Amino acid sequence: MSAVIDTPKQHHDDHEHHGPAKGIARWLFTTNHKDIGSMYLWFSFAMFLIGGCMALTIRAELFQPGLQLVEPEFFNQMTTMHGLIMVFGAVMPAFVGLANWLIPMMVGAPDMALPRMNNWSFWILPFAFGLLLSTLFMEGGAPNFGWTFYAPLSTTYAPDTVTYFIFGVHMMGVSSIMGAINVIATILNMRAPGMTLMKMPLFVWTWLITAFLLIAVMPVLAGVVTMMLMDVHFGTSFFNAAGGGDPVLFQHIFWFFGHPEVYIMILPAFGVVSQIIPTFSRKPLFGYHSMVYAVASIAILSFIVWAHHMFTVGMPLVGELFFMYATMLIAVPTGVKVFNWVTTMFRGSLTFEAPMLFSVAFVILFTIGGFSGLMLAIAPSDFQYHDTYFVVAHFHYVLVPGAIFGIFAAVYYWLPKWCGNMYDEALAKWHFWLSFVGMNLAFFPMHFLGLAGMPRRIPDYALQFADFNSISSVGAFLFGITQLLFLYLVIKCIRSGEKATDQVWEGAEGLEWTIPSPAPYHTFSTPPEVR
Amino acid sequence: MRSRLSGWGLVPLLPVFWATHASAEYGLNMPEGVTDVSQSVYDLHMTIFWICVAIGVVVFGVMFYSIFKHRKSKGAVAAKFHESTVVEIVWTIIPVIILVAMAWPATTTLIEMYDTSDSEVDIKITGYQWKWRYEYLGTGVDFFSNMSTPKEEIYNAKAKNDNYLLEVDNELVVPINKKIRFLITANDVIHSWWVPDFAVKKDAIPGFINESWTRINEPGIYRGQCTELCGKDHGFMPVVVRAVEEQEYEEWLLAKQEEARAEAELAKLTFTLEEQMARGEKVYNTNCAACHQANGAGIPPSFPALKDSAIALGDVEKHIDIVVNGVPGSAMQAYGNQLSDVDMAAVITYERNAWGNDTGDNVSAKDIVDFKNK
Repeated sequence: MSAVIDTPKQHHDDHEHHGPAKGIARWLFTTNHKDIGSMYLWFSFAMFLIGGCMALTIRAELFQPGLQLVEPEFFNQMTTMHGLIMVFGAVMPAFVGLANWLIPMMVGAPDMALPRMNNWSFWILPFAFGLLLSTLFMEGGAPNFGWTFYAPLSTTYAPDTVTYFIFGVHMMGVSSIMGAINVIATILNMRAPGMTLMKMPLFVWTWLITAFLLIAVMPVLAGVVTMMLMDVHFGTSFFNAAGGGDPVLFQHIFWFFGHPEVYIMILPAFGVVSQIIPTFSRKPLFGYHSMVYAVASIAILSFIVWAHHMFTVGMPLVGELFFMYATMLIAVPTGVKVFNWVTTMFRGSLTFEAPMLFSVAFVILFTIGGFSGLMLAIAPSDFQYHDTYFVVAHFHYVLVPGAIFGIFAAVYYWLPKWCGNMYDEALAKWHFWLSFVGMNLAFFPMHFLGLAGMPRRIPDYALQFADFNSISSVGAFLFGITQLLFLYLVIKCIRSGEKATDQVWEGAEGLEWTIPSPAPYHTFSTPPEVR
Repeated sequence: MRSRLSGWGLVPLLPVFWATHASAEYGLNMPEGVTDVSQSVYDLHMTIFWICVAIGVVVFGVMFYSIFKHRKSKGAVAAKFHESTVVEIVWTIIPVIILVAMAWPATTTLIEMYDTSDSEVDIKITGYQWKWRYEYLGTGVDFFSNMSTPKEEIYNAKAKNDNYLLEVDNELVVPINKKIRFLITANDVIHSWWVPDFAVKKDAIPGFINESWTRINEPGIYRGQCTELCGKDHGFMPVVVRAVEEQEYEEWLLAKQEEARAEAELAKLTFTLEEQMARGEKVYNTNCAACHQANGAGIPPSFPALKDSAIALGDVEKHIDIVVNGVPGSAMQAYGNQLSDVDMAAVITYERNAWGNDTGDNVSAKDIVDFKNK
């Protein structure tokens, strides 16, 4: 990479004169990190709306007891597809999009290290999800075994479309691994002179660690779906007890992937919030070093806690105790992060523009999700919480105000840099407050439902659960419809709005705020000097 | 106890739904249950809940103090401090101490829950798509427990009763004050057997036998549900346990044994087509209608139709074979050891004559026995 930087002259001249290609070719063949970042973000938003419609189908059916709108088979397809699409189609690509846009600008690099691979890793996604979504229109229906696809429900008893699902997962995995390699290569090789690892912005740090998690666990996911494929089509019995296999083995492999996966979805959001809170507190991030170490500890611990998702499968007592203690330990580095954010705000000079509102809500609501996570870690009580709505409430509290609010905060924070215009602050505040109220209305009552005994993934429920389910459905629709406002807001900002300054925010620091707004098509063709 | 502890922390949303609905009883918190273990679990749950509340009050307290006091609009000027190793160490160590304090009672409770030794009653529980089978080991008592809520209530054609979706045809009857061991497994996919009032939840996994136990302190009817996604009717396989005094339990056990003997006697009798159809319809609606539907139309392609089907109109022996042995690799279970020979004969007769199938065949229990012995 240093070769590129050492001979800037001829490349520099070329770049000055060619902007983006015209028409569709620009998007199909682009190797520009900004174009690819934008495509990832738009793709993710489209998937967010599709997955959201599925969630609203679920909530509409659950508005009242009894079966009104959909049959149980279709209900199961909706819960499965909602989970898969939100995890793999909405949250993960959104963070890859942010990584594409921001990492080169934050480390002072001209582009991602592997631009052609970057193009490919994006363009796999529409095909992967096209394949997955097409199963909805096939005979036998879409996958209906939950996003965790436990065998043997997903093998011996699965609909025929399971094969398309497996192929789709393989494609998503390839895309994610390539994206992760690209992020690591960029961060390790293309930092501007003077930017040591411990000077990198936290968003870059969290993505570096996330990328290693992706490379570690996506092959495990690929392995488990391949074993399923063998069981379904080639007569093996990895997960079939009658053939000498082990259904619990599936869960061990799946969650060895699955637990790091949940951190893949939250660590970049930690990074985003760690950029935004100091800016709007006008005060440097408290405990930068401990923040980096905390993220690394969380990532390492994520590999030894997987079986806390499986406390009820009948593990031996020592196994239960090990996974209980290891899981509780995660509360320590996570607590450190929360304390650091709060201390950053303490004695700052705070203002509350939309990115800050989403970030503050992130800290509060993610912490609530963390509390319920700690409760779930306690194995004896987990027997009561496991597979109930308490779990649904828990992971939606860490994923919606966690990952998704993190993404909203990031978009509002960097949108003026991306398109050169300020967004409409008043509308953004509406977006925030409606999302905040809707989200809490949708997910808070689920804690009560779970504690009172409502299992998850059921299309109909006993009468004592009726009131909270109605409230939850109202909240879900409020949250869902509010996202159309976000779409309007972003389009409006791209087309018009008050011109943004280079620094955009009074307290913003970092290389991306030294370049013009909107960011030129090519930035840092000559590396900046970092002191 | 329950209202004192649960009432306060969980109330922020109360006014919202009090306004919407006043009559139904809804739970806000985990039940304390009717066993010593469920009481310990509840206490553990509340302890950790209150610790979380306390941490939340401190952390969010500092945060809201900053939000209100350190606003730029109030003229706040940012301080410059941005690190302190001492503070970082302090807020690493304090949580560790709190966690150890939590882990201690959790470990003792867990050890107690894992001690399945010295049981007085042993019951094997098998999960099927979508019903439970209860075998009282060493007594010969063995039956299935299906949800008994009628389809009309589910599809809103009739008013829903108080135990909607939480009622079964045959309850699991157990004595109080006895250590009952459950041996839990499954026949097809993974299920999970849960009764909140006992704090017992254990996965039922094909090929494995998991153990759990309970000792119930109070007689009563306790309801739970399957909690592991097990396919289409996952939401419709409740668990109902009736805990009774020991005397009543013994009487019930004897009556069940007598019932089984009477059932075996029936196999020696012959029935008219009408009698067979009446019995068959009942068996069909309990065991077959979830997939093949009450009108025999099925839900193709996963669940084929029986009306006008090649199997129901074709060779009788082939038909018996499928019902007795199931279709490997599909949702069609082997009913050979689930249904009595009388019920098997009745349901096959029903399938061959209902919905205009009209073959006129009357399959007898003897035909089934002969087939099985072949």
